[in-house]
Amino acid sequence: MTDVIKDIILVVAAIIVAPIIGGILNGLDRKISARMQNRYGPPILQPFYDVLKLFGKERIAVNQTQMVYVLGYLFFAVASLGMLVLKQDLLMIMFVLAFSNISLVMGAMSVRSPYSKIGAQREIIQMMAYEPVLLLMVVGVFMSTNSFMIKSVFDLDKPLLYSLPLIFIAFIYVLTIKLRKSPFDFSTSHHGHQELIKGLTTEFSGPQLAIIEMTHWYDLVLLLGLITLFFAKPIWVGILIALVCYFLEMVIDNISARVTWKWMLKYTWIIGIGLALTNIIWLYLKNRA
Amino acid sequence: MGIIDKARKKSPWIIHYDCTSCNGCDIETLACLTPLYDVERFGIINVGNPKHADVLVVTGSVNKRNVRVLKNLYNQMPDPKAVVAVGACACTGGIFSDCYNVYGGVNKVLPVDVYVPGCCPRPEAIIDGIVQAMDKLEGKARNMKHAASGKQPEAALQASTGNNNDGANT
Repeated sequence: MTDVIKDIILVVAAIIVAPIIGGILNGLDRKISARMQNRYGPPILQPFYDVLKLFGKERIAVNQTQMVYVLGYLFFAVASLGMLVLKQDLLMIMFVLAFSNISLVMGAMSVRSPYSKIGAQREIIQMMAYEPVLLLMVVGVFMSTNSFMIKSVFDLDKPLLYSLPLIFIAFIYVLTIKLRKSPFDFSTSHHGHQELIKGLTTEFSGPQLAIIEMTHWYDLVLLLGLITLFFAKPIWVGILIALVCYFLEMVIDNISARVTWKWMLKYTWIIGIGLALTNIIWLYLKNRA
Repeated sequence: MGIIDKARKKSPWIIHYDCTSCNGCDIETLACLTPLYDVERFGIINVGNPKHADVLVVTGSVNKRNVRVLKNLYNQMPDPKAVVAVGACACTGGIFSDCYNVYGGVNKVLPVDVYVPGCCPRPEAIIDGIVQAMDKLEGKARNMKHAASGKQPEAALQASTGNNNDGANT
């Protein structure tokens, strides 16, 4: 019984703390990006100002179902974060996370704006690119722990990074796509595009956009949490690695220009799947020997 | 003042629309985004999407062709919203005010909140105008709470087709 109460407290704490961490990380991202571009940059709390302001704006819904998809996006992202803090099934987390993204895509597809539709189609292509790599990552975790449960990752005496170094690199590659950062920011991005306006989020306004923004924070924390898994013991090393990876994403974001979706699909499949498969074959041979 | 009102002042997202500007004011408006002036330090972002924007920045005079687009952009913006007229043409029609196809300044069709005069205005003046517009949004947000939802934009539009000169001069 006490375990259940402990779990509930843990999930509630994660739901409250995650957007705060995500927002601050987002603010740091904007500040550091600005410094890299020789600008002063917004205050670190700027993402919170943006979201609060958006909550105070007029509610304009383009159609009746739009809000359902936005809430679905939030709900599934929160659910997968909850599963992460409870150390549940890693495979299930990936599926729930995909559901969350699909909700957003469907929301963007439900409106009549061509910008929104192009953004949604590009998002589907992005998912097509990174989902195989995420699944192979789960396979790699299974091969080194003999379980899909995250709990078993924490029970390992050797960090996951030592057995899955190539999958880790593939995951960092995929992280850029997941965070919609340059060079893979073609479905939507923080800054408006010339040809796509805001892509996926063009038709969302006011509170809906605020919820989408908050979901991005949950997503960010979840993804950094997944990086932490690679060095789960001691956990502070994992968190440090996750933060270093996030900084690396900022650097990549600032030094690269947007590529085409064909380029992304080709190279994500070649590099991402190639690295992950190589790692898995190596693990297989090692386990057999 | 609630937490949302405080946040609103710190996060003005703008959409910039070029009516019939000669591009002088546009270049100065975009110069605000450069590292030298860096408007993002005030939280100002050029979103380029009326559905996300709080402030409509208009350059150039309004003519018979672009009035439809201008009104469309304004109507797509969610309340509370403000309009900033940048440059002499947007304020009064400027040297084009006597043209046969020109209606005049933006205040002929939209309720302008802040006028930024100059041909063209300096980036500092434009930033100042946007910051002043954020102060005006506070009062608008209060009206939004009292007013019946939905009818506000049309009512404001009709009121403005007369002469609206209550905007602060920068």
